[in-house]
Amino acid sequence: MLEIKDLHVKLDEEDKQILKGVNLTVPTGKVHAIMGPNGSGKSTLSYVLAGREGYEVTQGSATLDGVDLLDLDPEERAAEGLFLAFQYPVEIPGVSNMTFLRTAVNAQRKARGEEPLSATDFLKLVRAKAKALKIDADMLKRPVNVGFSGGEKKRNEILQMAILAPKMCILDETDSGLDVDAMKLVAEGVNALRAPDRSFLVITHYQRLLDHIEPDVVHIMADGRIVKTGGPELALEVEHNGYADILEEFA
Amino acid sequence: MAVAKAKSAGLEERLAACPVPAGGRWISAARKAAVARLQAMGLPDRRDEYWRFTRPDALNSASPAPAAVFENSEKPVFDDIDRLKLVFTDGRFDAAASDDPVLAGVEITRLEEAAKSDIHWARDLYGVLEEAGQTPVARPFAALNTACATDGILIRVSGRVNRPISLVYNHKSDASDVNLHHIIQLEEGAEMTLLENGPGAARFSKVLEVDIAKGASFHHIRAQGRDHERLAITHLFVRLAEESRFKSFTLTANGRLTRNEAVITFTGDNAVAHVAGAALGDGDFHHDDTVFVTHDAETCESRQVFKKVLRNGAVGVFQGKILVKPGAQKTDGYQMSQALMLDDDSQFLAKPELEIYADDVICSHGSTTGAIDEEAFFYLRSRGVPAKTAEDLLVLAFLATALEEIEDAAIAEDMRSRLEGWLERRR
Repeated sequence: MLEIKDLHVKLDEEDKQILKGVNLTVPTGKVHAIMGPNGSGKSTLSYVLAGREGYEVTQGSATLDGVDLLDLDPEERAAEGLFLAFQYPVEIPGVSNMTFLRTAVNAQRKARGEEPLSATDFLKLVRAKAKALKIDADMLKRPVNVGFSGGEKKRNEILQMAILAPKMCILDETDSGLDVDAMKLVAEGVNALRAPDRSFLVITHYQRLLDHIEPDVVHIMADGRIVKTGGPELALEVEHNGYADILEEFA
Repeated sequence: MAVAKAKSAGLEERLAACPVPAGGRWISAARKAAVARLQAMGLPDRRDEYWRFTRPDALNSASPAPAAVFENSEKPVFDDIDRLKLVFTDGRFDAAASDDPVLAGVEITRLEEAAKSDIHWARDLYGVLEEAGQTPVARPFAALNTACATDGILIRVSGRVNRPISLVYNHKSDASDVNLHHIIQLEEGAEMTLLENGPGAARFSKVLEVDIAKGASFHHIRAQGRDHERLAITHLFVRLAEESRFKSFTLTANGRLTRNEAVITFTGDNAVAHVAGAALGDGDFHHDDTVFVTHDAETCESRQVFKKVLRNGAVGVFQGKILVKPGAQKTDGYQMSQALMLDDDSQFLAKPELEIYADDVICSHGSTTGAIDEEAFFYLRSRGVPAKTAEDLLVLAFLATALEEIEDAAIAEDMRSRLEGWLERRR
């Protein structure tokens, strides 16, 4: 269970408050979505949870199954089971996708006191997961995300998620830059990972992704806070009426 | 005048400390000519354009500062490679430690032996490429080396050599001041790989003159080891005839002062030369790559890729030039020098130069200095990769394009494991 309480965050370098008291609980096994207009703080929330530098938490807490995330290094959060699917996956020339994946898997296993996966077992695991996401072997040999299309980058994020098998998956605008077919493929990949012991926080601008990844709960975020929470019908309301009506209620 | 006098006094002292050895007529003439060249140019000082970034004092002094012999439990580089090994200990050929110098398609002679004979095939090369390489930029330590090198190996290759020849330089004496001079001649269509490794000496000067005939191919991989206190000044002079190929890669880990000069000249059309280097420096480390590529033929391709990883005040220098002479049309010249700074204390000094006198050429160059990419670093960590491992991965990634110049997979793997070892130890 992810529990965020009264989270206040400002930018390190300027005195600008981005999150102004976020309260959010994602129970184990549930899929929650966060929608909201540009600049509402959705991506900041995902980065702060993952441990990116450049932000200062001024108040509040965030825990995953009772573990204080904000106290941990990014790699420790990952080992605790947190995974962020990036809006803009990073290209890393010179590091092959396979090396990257194997290093990540075995680093997490080591952090949890487990034996590293053998080369054979790792290869089997990757091949099986890659096949389901229609990722060919050639893409795995190439440097991480270098020369990948937008769709390939997002599928690569889901592949990493499938291989690392996290408890808590945050998807930051995974639908951005995807055509309908690519979005379906990515959504299928995510749906295949839905499990009673795994939670999702799906951040998106648009309702259309939520047609494919059906959320249990939808939150609306505006100006650094969650301003409204409801069922999937809330997403439809946004789709039809935009954010203006909802925001007006809280203005 | 006073300055000139002081310079020449320094030179006399330097020459007195490494007397010109006796030998047969051909080599005595070559050595004498080299002394005259050196006297005309003098030893370098910091006013010389190509010595502004590297202090020559430790190389100019009559004798080197003692350098403690480095004790090292790591398996020597290239140990697992099937090769013909020729060992030099403190600058003397060590027959007992070497393999029998017999290899199909190759004629191997010690410089000392060749020097005794009155005439030898190496006469047409010894000091000849070095002398040609003195224009337009003087290389005093190369001339000094030609004048007083006491040992070295002469290799004439007539066929395709199936095993690399490996030169190993051991350092046993704290005060060793070494001048080695090798000649390699690849005849038409010949192929060979040369490996070099070892700390060398307290002060190690080495000249390698390589003449690559039509259609011949020469591959050179060198590892300058972890002996931190050593000083090294090396020169590589390469002359390429038409359709010949040359590839060189140097890994340097540590070393108080290393200056590697490469002087490459295309004299025949359609030849290819790639020189690459990866240097890792921590603390009291100064590493200088000075490269001069002359295109004096058509449709030749040259490529320079030099990467340095620096931390704790280490200094990296790159001075690279591509000179395209009139008529060297369709030249394809590329030069890249990059430094990765692991902290704010290190320094990278780069002087990339292009000088082009032909109008139908492609030449590009670039030089960058940067830190670890924060985005990539966070991305790796967000997947559970610990900070140090993430940094190491990014360092190896940074060096990858230099390592790609090694053609042999086993040798490339050996080099990669050296890099990993260095990253693991942090030195």
